[in-house]
Amino acid sequence: MRTVLPKPETSIRARHQRLLPGLLILIALLLFSTLLSLAVGSNGLPLNVVFDALRGDGEAEAQYVVGDLRLPRTVTGLVVGAALGVAGALMQAFTRNPLADPGILGVNAGAAFAVACGVAFLGLQGVTSFVWLAFLGAFTVTVAVYLIGSSGRGAADPIRLTLAGVALGAVFSGMTTGLTLSNPDAFDHMRSWNAGSLLGRGYEVLLPMLPFIGLGIVLAFFVAPGLNALALGNDIARSQGANIAVIRIVVILAVTLLAGTSTALAGPISFIGLMVPHVARWIFGLDQRVILGVSILLAPIIVLLADVLGRVLIAPAEIPVGIVTAFIGAPVLILLARRRKASTLS
Amino acid sequence: MTARLPSPKFDHGYRRLTLRAGRLWIPVRARSLTVGLVFSMAILLLGILSLGLGTYQLSPAQVLQTFLQGGESLDRTVVLQWRLPRTLAAVFLGVLLGMAGAVFQTVTRNPLASPDILGLSNGAFTGMLLSIVFVSSSWPVMTAGAVTGGLLTALVIWMLAQRGGVQGFRLIVIGIGVAAMLASANTWMLLEVELETAMFASAWGAGTLNGVTAVPLAGAMLSAIPLALLLLALAPRLRQLDLGDDAATSTGARPGTARTLSLLIAVGLVSLATAVIGPVAFIALAAPQIARRVAATPYLSLILSGLLGGFLLLGSDLIAQHILPGAVPVGVVTVTVGGLYLVTTIIQEIRRRA
Amino acid sequence: MPDTGLDLSSPTNISRMQMKNVTLGYDKAPIISDLSTAIPAGSFTVIIGPNACGKSTLLRGLSRLLSPASGQVILDGKDISTLASKEIAKRLGLLPQSAIAPDGITVADLVARGRFPHQGLLRQWSTVDEKAVQNALDATGLRELAPRRVDELSGGQRQRVWVAMVLAQQTELLLLDEPTTFLDIAHQVELMELFAHLNRDGRTIVAVLHDLNQAARYADHIIAMRDGRILAAGPPGEVVTSARVEEIYGLPNVVIADPITGGPLVVPRGMPIATEEAR
Repeated sequence: MRTVLPKPETSIRARHQRLLPGLLILIALLLFSTLLSLAVGSNGLPLNVVFDALRGDGEAEAQYVVGDLRLPRTVTGLVVGAALGVAGALMQAFTRNPLADPGILGVNAGAAFAVACGVAFLGLQGVTSFVWLAFLGAFTVTVAVYLIGSSGRGAADPIRLTLAGVALGAVFSGMTTGLTLSNPDAFDHMRSWNAGSLLGRGYEVLLPMLPFIGLGIVLAFFVAPGLNALALGNDIARSQGANIAVIRIVVILAVTLLAGTSTALAGPISFIGLMVPHVARWIFGLDQRVILGVSILLAPIIVLLADVLGRVLIAPAEIPVGIVTAFIGAPVLILLARRRKASTLS
Repeated sequence: MTARLPSPKFDHGYRRLTLRAGRLWIPVRARSLTVGLVFSMAILLLGILSLGLGTYQLSPAQVLQTFLQGGESLDRTVVLQWRLPRTLAAVFLGVLLGMAGAVFQTVTRNPLASPDILGLSNGAFTGMLLSIVFVSSSWPVMTAGAVTGGLLTALVIWMLAQRGGVQGFRLIVIGIGVAAMLASANTWMLLEVELETAMFASAWGAGTLNGVTAVPLAGAMLSAIPLALLLLALAPRLRQLDLGDDAATSTGARPGTARTLSLLIAVGLVSLATAVIGPVAFIALAAPQIARRVAATPYLSLILSGLLGGFLLLGSDLIAQHILPGAVPVGVVTVTVGGLYLVTTIIQEIRRRA
Repeated sequence: MPDTGLDLSSPTNISRMQMKNVTLGYDKAPIISDLSTAIPAGSFTVIIGPNACGKSTLLRGLSRLLSPASGQVILDGKDISTLASKEIAKRLGLLPQSAIAPDGITVADLVARGRFPHQGLLRQWSTVDEKAVQNALDATGLRELAPRRVDELSGGQRQRVWVAMVLAQQTELLLLDEPTTFLDIAHQVELMELFAHLNRDGRTIVAVLHDLNQAARYADHIIAMRDGRILAAGPPGEVVTSARVEEIYGLPNVVIADPITGGPLVVPRGMPIATEEAR
């Protein structure tokens, strides 16, 4: 009997073959969700009216609804979705933990605390005024988490960072609760902000945030090959020439930019960062570049669909998008966990 | 009552005694015994202090007098009727939370497992909100709603996690998923109710000792004592679980039933505590870990975790009542202090390894 | 020789354990189907076979870690599914492949955990337990290391601690799942000699070994498996022959006489590598 070398695994080939048609389907879905988001609502508009309004023709009311209300909302959804999807993919690759969510670096807790302080101490009221404050809060807490998690040698060890994020997140959420429970105005604003929403974020806040998100996405694709190497373990990665310290710092920077801006813009939107990379991995395999590419397309689809669902379910009232995403994402997570070989969730 | 066996011909690596009382023989680590006594003394002292603090100040001596000889009738009212239920609640319910936390972390083999992460507290909050919205906001209704919500959540998580036995990792993941859905539902409901109701519910939702009265506390204590004793009887089997399922099974510890039974009891203890003071975060998470480090035991001790839980909850309540402005719920203090504790642990551990 | 504390007055059966028509597997895919075998009392039985042949599964079935989908596992004349787990634990000890040493535990304490089946709710420690742990530590040469933390020990020392824990359980039957993995050759031989000594003292040993020559050297009864079936069972002289070994492992070989024991020693001839095209 002779030893026979094995053939390459056929399922990997199958996943590669899915890529091109898969991407095309995702792009189509993205266009579909965008149009849906522009057309659907308490004032449902047929598509030809939507196109007219976009071109600048048609009734003034339709132009207002599409141009002033739904277009910014849709763009926010696209941008926030893409940012969260990429941030989630980065976090999971970085921590090698399928439960990693961009929020574990403390982004949400920091943003919430900053907003609460803004209302309680500075008397801020409007959503747009919260955005910069939330951004500041998110960034500050992430820096603090990084400093705590990195004190000592071994820059940015993922496990320590996660613990530091959970710890600081708890501290800030405790302070936020204390603050809001003693200030009804702050409580009122926070309970809305906490739900996460795409409504009312005008171009004056959207446009300045775009460069940050753009930078974050560029950094993500730049570091993707390094993350592929890291997935095999630190030692193997080093022997392949990856610079682990640099990769880690770039990842943290990118995640902070992406998750920080999206929380600053839309408030905490749960589960997108957690679920989308899983689905991408499930269908398309483990190549980090592919996962990023798929996440950029898939996440906005889910955000927009969730937003549309929120508009439709209890019309004319709305369910905020951050709440709907949890009800979409959590069942998927539970389903994945119930699969037989669920020890790694991959 | 204490006896030393004829000196062993090998060294265990630490000082140890065997407590004997009739047919009861129990080995005890000297350090654990000391730590336990220290925790108990600390609770006692803090308790006496807490009974004297407030707008009507009493010295510790006066507090003691009300217990022993009677003292002045106003003193007695203040201490025994107003403050004692709250202090007893903090100690006793803190003990329950500490013990439950030790069970969760032992069974899932994960030092970060706690009822909060598993979504039980979110479920209790959901139950409470639903009863406010659909029934009324009286205390008994809210409490019933909270306990039902917590137990139903545990049941749902349990059923979802069943796939030929319950694995630690699967349980945690499903707990996270269920917790997230419940948290979102809670956020939504908070948005929909009146501002006043929302704030009131949130205060309870953070965990608070305000408004604790003797009757619900007594009910919880009576129900909890047999459960706690049962848990202590299970303790040796839980320790065998630490060795891994194979070693536990082959030494006859039956890990499957040990896990199921102890988890059931732990959920019961948490529900009882939640029924009285709402979902208080971090005690169940931090107490077992701190107790383990202080006593240097290779396992999570139920008794020490409980004692420390009582001390932490009592201390947090004192901070919430007397140091912070306004009527801050104790849960806010436990979350903040708990977070700070985790931060310092991380920094210490980093320094130790560097 | 240290007193191993066994009561040897119980009558020995021809076989302590049997499997009758047992089907075992995980998640509906049976690894072993309709298998029957017996473990002779007082023997040093070794189960050998290529990877994934079912030898570990067989051992797990014997130790009740795995329940048979059909068939019976018999211990001392009784079906083990009818015996209480602690009862089984007093007669059958298993050295598992994957056991976790709790953080910070000392050697003495870990060995003491082996006394669990003998302890009751009220009597959680006694002089009998103390003696058993002491004997186990002496048998494995760990007395001096007793106060040390297990996580400070070397791999070889740590494996001895697990062996001591099983010894403290004081069972007449010992099941060992690849006990010499990750040990260097000196420690491997040391451990196997300890098992041989325990066997001479009266314990029945069932071990899964992947080293064929170790099996041939120490066993007096070999069970050879392949693809979930038993190909041969008997003394090493009968089972470890060149033809049999090639049948079991697919390895061309020569069997010579071991210069120390006189028993069979397997020497491989080598295996050519081929890709699919060349076939």
